[in-house]
Amino acid sequence: MDDDIREIIIIGSGPAGLTAAIYAARANLAPLVIEGEPSSTSDQPGGQLMLTTEVENYPGFVEGIMGPELMMAFRGQAARFGAEILTARVTRVDLSERPFGVWVGDPDVPAPTHRAHALIVATGARSLMLGLEAEERLIGHGVSTCATCDGFFFRGQHIAVVGGGDSAMEEALFLTKFAEKVTVIHRRDELRASKIMQERAQKNDKIEFCWNHVVVDVLGDTKVEGVEVEHVHTGERSTLPVTGLFVAIGHRPNTDLFRGQLDMDANGYLITGPGTRTNVEGVFACGDVQDHTYRQAITAAGSGCMAAIDAERWLESRGDIDAQRTATNW
Amino acid sequence: MATTTITDATFDEEIASAQEPVVVDFWAEWCGPCKMIAPILDEIAAEHAGRVRVAKLNVDDNPETARRFEVMSIPTLIVFKDGEPKKRLIGAKGKGQLLEELAEFI
Repeated sequence: MDDDIREIIIIGSGPAGLTAAIYAARANLAPLVIEGEPSSTSDQPGGQLMLTTEVENYPGFVEGIMGPELMMAFRGQAARFGAEILTARVTRVDLSERPFGVWVGDPDVPAPTHRAHALIVATGARSLMLGLEAEERLIGHGVSTCATCDGFFFRGQHIAVVGGGDSAMEEALFLTKFAEKVTVIHRRDELRASKIMQERAQKNDKIEFCWNHVVVDVLGDTKVEGVEVEHVHTGERSTLPVTGLFVAIGHRPNTDLFRGQLDMDANGYLITGPGTRTNVEGVFACGDVQDHTYRQAITAAGSGCMAAIDAERWLESRGDIDAQRTATNW
Repeated sequence: MATTTITDATFDEEIASAQEPVVVDFWAEWCGPCKMIAPILDEIAAEHAGRVRVAKLNVDDNPETARRFEVMSIPTLIVFKDGEPKKRLIGAKGKGQLLEELAEFI
């Protein structure tokens, strides 16, 4: 299967993975992008922007652009330069020897389905859930992690958003288009969202805040009938009579695949440097999977570009790339 | 057969008259995950023509039907057989997983 060894495989298809794909494809590295498999709980081909509406801060779009539309454009651009895109979920990687092994489908078969000299990890991050039994049972029946997907169904109703960051404010603001009232439940007495988002949320008449509370239970058998909250200082419990609960309490990097093989911090984010290098030579990481600080589409795209350049230079230094191929003029 | 479009107006008749199970895809233009599964559903409809039908229902244009079946999240797929809802799948899934979930109807 020697002829099946790629120069480069990119795992993930958000702004980081697809930007890496555009650069790698333009450098004639014929990258294979394994974009993930659509799922509401794990993979999200196209990344987190697929679950948003208007993206107002991505440079170049004066009037903003819809998240899914932006990502479809990234994807089309990568494909145009010859990136091959595979809609599948990676189930196992072997980084112990080169070429690296990547499995899709059954992880227990001995031989990897794909191999590559260099690997770019761009698996991103996903929404954290509260971890309540009722939350899982009621997903799609009033509990949601995607306001843009599900807000529509809560017209004229009272709903709750849990979280205090930018994504929580974004969800709350979006939901005011449909809901009669949106209660933001936050465990502290101040938000960690950016100033502009805080101001927008606090100015909105439909949004009210339930400070210093955590969600302890979601009520209802077949659909959400209320949310039980607890005061973090007094322990006093009360029930919010809401019909929907939107969870936006933060993110967790998608790094389970790499546990024990790539260095990560206490929260599971991959550790990179210099540049996009990981601790395994030939493996590079970009985007939210290694960034818990900025987490923006533009920073993810920027680091995706860096990873492609780092990978190309590394391949070149090893002589893996055809000697006749001249260095890319980026 | 490719996927067809179903509306509030045509829903009852189409479901009642179908010989094969009908997978109704509740979707909307503004839903990213719906767009991700649309091509997969097209493939399933084409590959299993005659055994299963896939009908797309736009929830923006057809709120009646979405309300009637208490759809609160999209994409939602509801499988109708003999005029009755038999199974409900919520959220985007890959082709393999979808086919597995639909296996009993195909």
